[in-house]
Amino acid sequence: MVRHAVLQLAPEKGQVRKNLARLEAALAELAEDAPEVVVLPEAFPTGYFLQGGVRELALTVEALGERLDAIRRRVWEGPLDLVIGFYEKDEREGAYYNAAAYFELGGRGLLHLHRKVFLPTYGVFDEERYLARGHAVRAFDTRFGRAAILICEDFWHSITSTLAALDGAEVIYVPSASPARGFFGPRPANVERWRELAKSVAAEHGLYVVLASLVGSEAGKGMSGGSLVASPEGRILAEAPVFEEAALVFDLDLDRIPPVRYDNPMLADLKSGLPLLLNDLKRVVEAL
Amino acid sequence: MRKIYGVPGGEVLALDYPAVADYLSGFLRRELAWRGYEKALVAVSGGVDSATTLALAVRALGPENVHALALPHAESDPRSLADARLVAEAFGVELEVIEITAMVEGYAKLRPDLTPHRKGNVKARARMIVLFDLSVAYHALPLGTGNKTERLFGYFTWHGDDAPPVNPLGDLYKTQVWGLAEELGVPEAVRKKPPTADLIPGQTDEDDLGIAYARADVILEHYLKGYPDRYIEALGYQKEEIRRVKELVNRTHYKRHLPTVAVVSTTAIHEFYLRPLDFRIELE
Repeated sequence: MVRHAVLQLAPEKGQVRKNLARLEAALAELAEDAPEVVVLPEAFPTGYFLQGGVRELALTVEALGERLDAIRRRVWEGPLDLVIGFYEKDEREGAYYNAAAYFELGGRGLLHLHRKVFLPTYGVFDEERYLARGHAVRAFDTRFGRAAILICEDFWHSITSTLAALDGAEVIYVPSASPARGFFGPRPANVERWRELAKSVAAEHGLYVVLASLVGSEAGKGMSGGSLVASPEGRILAEAPVFEEAALVFDLDLDRIPPVRYDNPMLADLKSGLPLLLNDLKRVVEAL
Repeated sequence: MRKIYGVPGGEVLALDYPAVADYLSGFLRRELAWRGYEKALVAVSGGVDSATTLALAVRALGPENVHALALPHAESDPRSLADARLVAEAFGVELEVIEITAMVEGYAKLRPDLTPHRKGNVKARARMIVLFDLSVAYHALPLGTGNKTERLFGYFTWHGDDAPPVNPLGDLYKTQVWGLAEELGVPEAVRKKPPTADLIPGQTDEDDLGIAYARADVILEHYLKGYPDRYIEALGYQKEEIRRVKELVNRTHYKRHLPTVAVVSTTAIHEFYLRPLDFRIELE
């Protein structure tokens, strides 16, 4: 069992110091629950909608890691794994990314940096105007197992989670920021969509999906929350409310993955079947 | 900060019993229909499995289409027949009582060496003979009543109580049958009494098996799904009881199969020539 906590928090726009202080206070509150992995939403240090302000507020992954480790030293005993979405500045490239990092704080430090591949630039979103795209989806080893990170729209394309699963991921962490829209039922339509996606991806590949979804109001856009964890059979094991700050504490039992996959061997079938489709995949990609 | 605690994932044995009751009633209707039957025959022992089967049959077919039989032997616990009457009454079905003593004792006289265990098997097979004979007489399909736990443990008489062609409970663990029984209104006295085959005076299932159903079912579910022993131990189960469960399952695989046939051709039934049991082609 790997104890996790998702911190569904509402950052103040652009207040990096304040938001990291909020994180510190939240971690202090979580200490009694002793999570080994804490997961934060997309763009947590700054808030999501920054427009050109990305240039002023983005952090290098090294600087973020140092600040997070300083927080850990103040409020935590022992190592702490932390997944956090943030706007990343690559000073050498002069490029900015919507990124998420997996840090093993108090241990090996940065284990993985994922740069969002699918930048929504439609409707209320305008990411590609300000940000560069990532070009990779990779799984990586943590001290507990193998994981991957996908950010928000990345996860809305089933091919990304498929890649992560084929690359061995047992857990997919999904930091997101999803403005509420579509009030037709008890939950906003986007939250319903997230629930369905998380359940289907988890069940298709027999892995855990951990969604950390931002809350807070950003200039009239209500970030919807509804963070959740879906089990390898596609059941929701824990779910945070919409719109409110909350900490979601839960255990992931990675030992359940092999028996669940044995019962429903979609991933093994995919490994056999995908090479058969590779020519067509190339054909349709080359025709784009 | 509001904290919400998740429930760890795990194998779930509890079922949605109203949904299961509906599903199994439909199962009985469909399985009888394509076989050309409108009526069912249930041997009611006074135990929870046959009571639950009777309840499902009544729900599926109506009490007028269900024959309930009690098949006591002189050595049977009289409380078994009393409970069988209670069950039949609860579900509005007339109970036909046919003593199997003469059948069993007729054979017993021929074999003075008959042990209580062997005699128990003879009783179960005598009941099977009556059930199948009356199936023809009433044009009613015999229903099996064995649950998944006893089937996995081989805790039944081969070609005896496992013989009926349709069994609604065969994929429900004993603890799940208890849940379904409550949903269907099986009398509490029947649900709460210690399960017994009542083939040998004084026996109970849990004494015979050496493990309580509530523990066995959880171990079975994990074992069948491929969880390693260390995982099951971490759930709070002892090495010895896990070993006992595995032992019972592994020495009885043959009881869950048709007889072994020597394969000599390329049309060996169930080896080369494979058809599902509901397969029928349209003949010219």
